[in-house]
Amino acid sequence: MNRGPRVTRPEDTVVANVSKKKLRVLLRLGKYMFQFRWGYLAALALSVLSNLLSLVGPKLSGQAIDAIGVTPGHVDFPTVIRLCVLMLLAYAASSVMAYLLQLVMINLSRGIVKRMREDIFSKLMRMKVSYFDVNQTGDIISRISYDIDTINATLSTDLVQIASSLVTVVGSLVMMLTISPKLCLVFAFTVPLSIVATTMMANRFRPLFRARSGKLGELNGYAEECLSGQKTVRAYSAEPAMTERFAGKNKNAADAYFKADYYGTMVGPTVNFINNISLALVSVFGSLLYLSGGISIGDVSSFVLYSRKFSGPINESANIINELQSAAAAAERVFRLLDEEEESPDLPDAPVFGLDAPVNGQVVTDHVNFGYTRERQILHDLCLNVRPGMTAAIVGPTGAGKTTIINLLMRFYDPDSGSVLLDGQNIAEANRSSVRRAYTMVLQDTWLFSGTIADNIAYGSPREVSREEIEKAARAAGIDSFIRGLPDGYDTILTDEGVNISKGQKQLLTIARAMISDAPVLILDEATSNVDSMTEMRIQSAMNELMSHRTSFVIAHRLSTVRSADVIFVLKDGRVIEHGTHDELMAAGGFYFGLHSAQFVN
Amino acid sequence: MKHILSYVRPFLPKMLLGFTVKFGGTVMDLFLPLLLSAIIDDIVPTGSRKLILLAGALMLVCSVLAILGNITANRIAARVARDTTEKIRNDLFKKISYLSARQLDAFTVPSLESRLTSDTYNIHQMVGMFQRLGVRAPCLLVGGVIMTFLMEPVLTLVLIAVMPFIAVSVYLVTKRGIPLYNEQQESTDRMTRIVRENAQGIRIIKALGKETAERERFDRSNADLNRAEKRAALNMALTSPLMNAFLNTGLVAVIFVGALRVNGGLSETGKIIAFTSYFTIILNALMSVTRIFIMSSRGIASANRIGEVLDAPEDMIPDAAFARPGDSGSGKGTPKIEFDHVTFSYNGVKPDLKDVSFTLLPGQTLGVIGPTGAGKTTLIALLMRQYDVDSGSVRIDGQDVRSMSRDEISKKFGAAFQNDFLFADTIRTNLDFGRGLCDEDLLRAAEFAQASPVLEEKPGGLDFELAIKGANLSGGQKQRMILSRALAGKPDILVLDDSSSALDYATDARLRMAIRKNFTEGGDTTCVIVAQRISSILHSDLILVLEDGEVTGRGTHEELLETCPLYREISESQMGGALLE
Repeated sequence: MNRGPRVTRPEDTVVANVSKKKLRVLLRLGKYMFQFRWGYLAALALSVLSNLLSLVGPKLSGQAIDAIGVTPGHVDFPTVIRLCVLMLLAYAASSVMAYLLQLVMINLSRGIVKRMREDIFSKLMRMKVSYFDVNQTGDIISRISYDIDTINATLSTDLVQIASSLVTVVGSLVMMLTISPKLCLVFAFTVPLSIVATTMMANRFRPLFRARSGKLGELNGYAEECLSGQKTVRAYSAEPAMTERFAGKNKNAADAYFKADYYGTMVGPTVNFINNISLALVSVFGSLLYLSGGISIGDVSSFVLYSRKFSGPINESANIINELQSAAAAAERVFRLLDEEEESPDLPDAPVFGLDAPVNGQVVTDHVNFGYTRERQILHDLCLNVRPGMTAAIVGPTGAGKTTIINLLMRFYDPDSGSVLLDGQNIAEANRSSVRRAYTMVLQDTWLFSGTIADNIAYGSPREVSREEIEKAARAAGIDSFIRGLPDGYDTILTDEGVNISKGQKQLLTIARAMISDAPVLILDEATSNVDSMTEMRIQSAMNELMSHRTSFVIAHRLSTVRSADVIFVLKDGRVIEHGTHDELMAAGGFYFGLHSAQFVN
Repeated sequence: MKHILSYVRPFLPKMLLGFTVKFGGTVMDLFLPLLLSAIIDDIVPTGSRKLILLAGALMLVCSVLAILGNITANRIAARVARDTTEKIRNDLFKKISYLSARQLDAFTVPSLESRLTSDTYNIHQMVGMFQRLGVRAPCLLVGGVIMTFLMEPVLTLVLIAVMPFIAVSVYLVTKRGIPLYNEQQESTDRMTRIVRENAQGIRIIKALGKETAERERFDRSNADLNRAEKRAALNMALTSPLMNAFLNTGLVAVIFVGALRVNGGLSETGKIIAFTSYFTIILNALMSVTRIFIMSSRGIASANRIGEVLDAPEDMIPDAAFARPGDSGSGKGTPKIEFDHVTFSYNGVKPDLKDVSFTLLPGQTLGVIGPTGAGKTTLIALLMRQYDVDSGSVRIDGQDVRSMSRDEISKKFGAAFQNDFLFADTIRTNLDFGRGLCDEDLLRAAEFAQASPVLEEKPGGLDFELAIKGANLSGGQKQRMILSRALAGKPDILVLDDSSSALDYATDARLRMAIRKNFTEGGDTTCVIVAQRISSILHSDLILVLEDGEVTGRGTHEELLETCPLYREISESQMGGALLE
């Protein structure tokens, strides 16, 4: 069904203008946060308030100590008790505030994360099907889980921390300026130093964090691939080989992690180092200034205290920059997915099938040329005309382009030239989902989701379906008695790999799913390839019923199943080389005749 | 958790080194204020500028030592975290590779996948965090308490009295946290399952116009996950405000008791002042310690999930009890494959195979045919010991498969299954599949499997890179690759489970011819073919007709046409009456 990927995966090419790109990522993250701006404002207010309240504590305790005095027996107990009570209140209030802050932050960040996941998923639903052909499922999962978690870590704590430490930084700087503007010159040296150092490091780490996210996605993709093919791996005793391959990818991921960590761990100590230097400078110059009579010794000591307060948050923010980097790398991967090419939007006044009148089901392809890649054309000047209610069979050797026709009929792809018409309307100009609603399909690749059997059958219909209808469809598809034999009957939950359901039974379930649909056009792509011919015969009348009032396309290798088709198109190398009824084609003695004979010759 | 500890253990010396270096770095950091007070208290009064500069230089040295120590320690920590996680992940993957089919069914693939990735990531975080905060915080905490104790034992006792409250609340919050994080991981499993299903079934979903329904389904699971995440986070959010409240209450108590003691002349105000400043250090250290606890409860939840897999008992180990002495040799008369009254059920409710018996000599071909759900694939699963029989026995070369190791069994087989898998790598790697075969063998197998035209068509031939899930091949081409893989190892027993359904008849006929000429009749390969088409099994030495898990017909094609009405019916439906004669 899915060959010849047309979309090329955006490579991790080095974009010349890195900082511009970074800015864009941040802006987009900001857009998400902006949707929660009131929450962030509340968080900010709470954090400032809680910080201030916790500053009240030391002040009160200072007053309490004053009230204690220095001489025994002269303690002012009423004041001490009053201040102690006040302190308790202030601390309690601060704690409550802090908890409220966390509450708000958790709700905020989780809200953003939830919305991002929703956005990713609904994006996936709008994406071209080819995206899923070229991207590992595991990598997609990695984006929606790991990458988003990484973003969340930043959104939830770091941002508010930055905001609240700003208060401290500005406050202490003001205090220091009032003490000694001259000594503040020290910071004119160290602060730029620390800014330059962190930005330089941050720029160097950025690709490392990007590699980290990417490698983890790759590992996830490989794990998914391997676990899905577990049965084969076991059959060939390929476990050692697979484990070795995994170990290789794992090593890459672990190393990418380590590299990011390795450099990341430099940030904190480096900024700490710069702070220590500034402490040394303040001490030395402060003392020298004192000796030359510039300031008092008390001033030096409080300047030092404030400089500590000043550099504390800056130190912390260096660690935060680290986390921001990894969040930005993760966000980039998420946004790249969100920027993936979508199915082109419907034209504003695109006709909707089935809106005014039911779809008749006339399907025409008019001189259609198509290739998944520019280099290799698959279909050449394809002209089919299938009238409503007709059964058309498409036969031909593998690789002739049979499945590609289906891809075009359902508008998974648009033709390079020519057009596909449904009821005389070019589907490329019509409402896309209404085109698809006109079809129901049973594919060789059975797909069922984890849910009850009843839900899986009912899935075929856009409306609510009663249990009777579900059972009727199952009976018609010859699967009813099997379902009843299961411990929970129709309420049996199908797990991932459908343990006790064979491939053929899955196919029958998907046939039941198609039976419940009201769509006027039916596609059977090797629909019964895994169903034995006995069962196929048993459900033949139901299949006939299914096909009788629908336009049907049947792709099958078993020519017995196409014999009764109203028209058979014989496809070879993307061209219709013969068409007609079975008898006509047999009489003509051409390619079809050859195919047919081959079936019975050994 | 005990697993994780055993993984960390080999790194203990390294971690100890890291801790020591970190300790050194921390001490250097703490020296700076000491030097500062020395400058102010001792040097400045002497007025010696030289000494001031000297002290300044000393501070610089301390700073350099601190940065070197901290970076080195952090790097050691990062390395230990990397090595531990890498090892855990490798072992976990290996263990998963060797899980039995039943165990795999029970764990489910998406859940194993997230254990392999996000759970190991949580462990990584925990190990890293523990090393980074594990020294500095406890040092400051213990150091602070000791300092205060030396200064004012009675006031310290007041502070220490608060500790049990803190300990209990940290314990309670963490204890509540582990199941909450576990729940969060399980919700993640459910969400990723939906994403996975959608990625795989996107065509059907789009064809049925179910995008909105799927979005709703996803939104529900997303909301569930969101709730689980919030619950876990809110629980953890309790710790730091609680801790603050307890400690600050302790501080108020210190001041009040201090006031009493100063009034009684038992203490001095200066000590209370110093006490409050040490108190800040203790508070901060305690905060860091709680952060470690928070991280670990998430880590422990993940560790338990990983442990569940690692602890899964080894299923299907070769059981000597089934080995019959003297039976191991494959003498001339020993049947290659023997099913002896085999009965089996997947769910233990209804048997999927009932009392199946047959024998097959080396070089013979068995054909299996029967309605959908009759147990054809189950028969193969038992033959290859993906599951164990409930009663009866399956023997290969006279040996019960339950007495054979997985390797022993799989070495005998080449198998092509229904919708088998190809991974994103070169054709060569996909055909070789870790067996170390040479190109010649691969090309010959491809020729037999009618895959040579595919190799010629694709640029690079064996070096052609397959897309994910073999997306750049057509259905028939994929099947031919899978067949080539099965034929490449010159297998003792060849199993083809409905593996030519996507081939057209002419190709299928050529394939069968090639197998007969080069494997069964031309070699000594025993062959088991499950098929829908009579033509695929027409020439088998023995054909079994399976219905509802029971053998309802056995014999050659000609015999069955006589004896088995179902077989006759199938045959007529496929081949047309005229060809029967």
